[in-house]
Order: sequence, then structure tokens, then C-alpha cells
Amino acid sequence: MGKTEVVTDEGFRIDGRRAHELRRVVCTVGGESYVADGEAMIDTGNTKCLVRVFGPREPTVRSNVLLERASVVVDFNLAAFSSGERKQKLRQDKRLLEMASLIKSTFEAAILTQSFPRSEIAIQIQILQFDGGSLHAAINTTTLALMNAGIPMLDFVVASSAGFANGTTILDVNYTEESMDVPTLSLAMMPRSGKVVLLNLESRLHLNEFEGVLRLAKEGCTRMYGILDEAVRRN
Amino acid sequence: MEIESTETATTAAALHRVTPGETVTTDASFMRGHGTYAEADVLVATVVGYVERINKLISVRPVRQRYGGDIGDVVVGRISEVGQKRWRVDIGARQDAQLLLAAVNLPGGELRRRSESDELQMRHLLSEGDLISAEIQAFYGDGAASLHTRSLKYGKVCTHLYLRSGSFITVPSSLIKRSKAHFLHFSFANAIFVDVIVGMNGFIFVSKGTGGSNDTKTDNPQQQQQDVLYSNENEPISDDERIAIARVSNCILALAKENELITEPMILQAYEASTQMEAYDILENSQQIVDVAKMNL
Repeated sequence: MGKTEVVTDEGFRIDGRRAHELRRVVCTVGGESYVADGEAMIDTGNTKCLVRVFGPREPTVRSNVLLERASVVVDFNLAAFSSGERKQKLRQDKRLLEMASLIKSTFEAAILTQSFPRSEIAIQIQILQFDGGSLHAAINTTTLALMNAGIPMLDFVVASSAGFANGTTILDVNYTEESMDVPTLSLAMMPRSGKVVLLNLESRLHLNEFEGVLRLAKEGCTRMYGILDEAVRRN
Repeated sequence: MEIESTETATTAAALHRVTPGETVTTDASFMRGHGTYAEADVLVATVVGYVERINKLISVRPVRQRYGGDIGDVVVGRISEVGQKRWRVDIGARQDAQLLLAAVNLPGGELRRRSESDELQMRHLLSEGDLISAEIQAFYGDGAASLHTRSLKYGKVCTHLYLRSGSFITVPSSLIKRSKAHFLHFSFANAIFVDVIVGMNGFIFVSKGTGGSNDTKTDNPQQQQQDVLYSNENEPISDDERIAIARVSNCILALAKENELITEPMILQAYEASTQMEAYDILENSQQIVDVAKMNL
């Protein structure tokens, strides 16, 4: 197996998965403490994400008060110890801010914010362990945490990623594959209505392949929905 | 599962758990209640919870939710802001509640007129960080609650400077059951009295009790209570009383940890069950205490 091969001729990937396999997903809904209104943690392979939801509560900052609906405040944080190299977080990391704003707009579409005027729903996301796919791990975990907090939503929001490498589409791209310049498409959708709420592709992908990658990401979302739905029913 | 418009469907629907986006019913004759939304003749759930049906009204009661509040609820809250003719009170709801100056009893009797100087003196009555007990009087259009303390049993329970003879704990509001008495008075051995204010919002204040001796001391009990109402003075508390307060607080927290409803008999039984251990061991042995308390209930 060459170093540049993302998928070997035998059809295996670096972490031993087949091309269209998800990583192992473990969901924990609800926390021990009463600090947060809702809490959830999801392990997707080696990516570990913890989300705490506060609210609807009185806005902590005056400028967050909206007269017609609740404001959604997202704080996205990548722990210093989360990846191989220990790095100090910059105060205004543009990449993290962008993630936060993507997640904010995703959930503003799903939460029934108009039932809580002048309130604030705060979502605190912590990536405790980073192995790629932090955006969709964060979205899936936030969905569970919001449901744990009893915040009304139109539907689940489930997310997944898919990429294209070695002439084949691959599902749920991990960090090693991400750093091998695999074009990765992140997709978040509402599974029951099939509405797409977020579609993010940061590198170039040939139009001929786009359709297949999108279809695979959708397939990943559907599978993820089954896992999340089971987790909230069990809890 | 779908609910039909027949009466027999009620029991089957009683413990039906739904998740957001799930269809509750396709029958257009039902009315939309809390936790649902209508999407072209179809009622869809918006929260994780159980379907409840009252006649034609279908709602989904969430498993967990922040305190919503109802008119008449006794709540414990913390003053977060002193404003124009009103205080803002954090009661753990989705917005801070309002306590109007016109809705409080001022020292000096009920017939006293409120003057401009009272507005200026507001911070002397209640300032930021003070804990109060109050009753929900009404709701504003946006869902914020309006409180009143127009009864001698309500008012300041502790200030930010002094923990007036007690301690404050919080539990999930879903564990508090609405009952006749939210002001509980316990009397334990060796003439130790502990008062507990159980707010419907899950905020609880445990304090040294008076044991009913308060009313006999003076000719005018009302006047005396009025003056005590806004006082910041700490009463002396003995070690035994401190331990009793800590024990009651920890028993309530132990009940909450085991997801038990917090009621007067349950607190009493948990207290009895905890007497053979030190107050600081209660939370670690919450399971055992709750089991014994439930058995003796």
C-alpha cells in the first residue's frame, strides 16, 4: 500500500474501514450536573465532541435581545489537547469563528426560535478529541443536546461528510484522509423532510463526481439519523 | 403510531414517546397543543416527550424542559437588576421575571402610599443578589412572568451580603410537585426547627426555623414581621442548627440526584433515613437513603 493511497486496491482505508462505512458512533445523552439544561456527547471514531446547551434563558448580553424570537449563540472550541500537537488557542481563531457561525445558521433554521422572544439559547461546543469531521460531529451532538434540553425543533438535524479519492467516493472522512487533500463535502439535513440545511465543500471537486459524493453524504445522514433517534429514545 | 379520533385510543397514547419531526396524528380534527406544530393537516412533534391528549387537544410533554411557570406558583428568585419602579428577578425561567414596586409590601403597613422617595429607596429594600420568595401574578405577552410579594409570607429570604440563616439549593423544576404548602416547617429533636421554601422553579431555600415562637413575642406580630421583612441582620445560629440545615439541604439534593419528587413527606423520610450518617456523607449514599425513605413512606 502506497503512502498516497487513500483507498487500497483491496478496498480498505487507512483506519481499516471500507469506502462506504461510517466510523463507530457512541452517543451519551444527558449529564450528571444540573449546570446545563441539555448535554450530549458523541464519539465518532476518534473524534469526541461534547455539547452543552443553556436556555432558553435571559440573554447575558443586552445586544443579543431580539424582540421577535430567541437568539442562538454558539461557542465553538477546539481543546488544546485535542490533536497530536498541543497548540495554544488564538483569541480570535477565524476558522473556529466560521465553524460557530455555520452551526448557528444551521440550527436557527431548525429551532422554533419564535416561541421564545427576548431569550437566548446558548450552545457550547467542545471538541475534546480531534480526528477529522469536527463540523458534522458538532452538529450531530448539538442536535442531541438541544433535544435533551427540551428545546422545540422542526426536525432532527443530522450531518455527515463524504469525499472522493482514488476514483471512489468515501464516507465519513477522518483526519488522515482530510490531510491527504481529499475533497470533503459536509452535509447537514433534516432527515424526515429531506431538506438540506448546510452544504460545505472547501476544495475543488469535479462536477461529474459531485452527484455521487452528495448522494453518499445523504446516505450517511440517513444512517446517522437512525443512530441519533435510537439514542434519544433510549435516554 | 397514529392516534385515531376514538376514545379508546387515549390509553394507548398515554405513554407514547415521540421525537422531533415525528408525526403525532394525521387526523385534522385535533387541535395543536404545546410541543407540536401543524404541517399541512399533519401534527408533528417538536420535542422529545410523551403524547398527551385532552379531548381534542394534543400536546407533547417534553421529558425535560426549563421552568415554564404558572400563575399562582410560589417561586424563589434572585434579584438581577434594579430598574425603574421594578426589579428584575432571575427565577430560572426563559426570561427574568419582573417584580413591580407596586406589587410589594413596603415597611410601614398596607395603607401606606408609595411616593417618589420609595422609588429612590428601592435598592435599600431589595438589591442585586438578594434572594426573595414570591408568587407569579401574571404573564406578559412575551412570556415573561410578573411577580408579587403582597403577603407576609413572601419577601426577602437572604441578601447577597449575608446568607440570612440558611442555604440556597437548586434542583430540576420537574421534580417539584405543586402542592398546598410550599413553605414547609420541620421540627426535629432537641427543639431544632428548619424552614424550607420549595419554589416551583426548583429553587429551594433552607433556613433556620422559628418554630412558631415568632407570633407570641409582641402585641403586633404583623408590625414585627414587616420590619424583619427587609432586615439584613443575621440571627445567631447554633452548630446543631447549622448541621440540621446542611442535612436537610443534602437530603433534598440526594432526592434530586435519584430523580425523586421533592415533597414534604419525602424530605422528612430522607432526613430520618440519613440520621445514622454525617451530613456530608449523604450525597455519596443518596441511593441508600432514597430507598430507605421510599420504604418508610
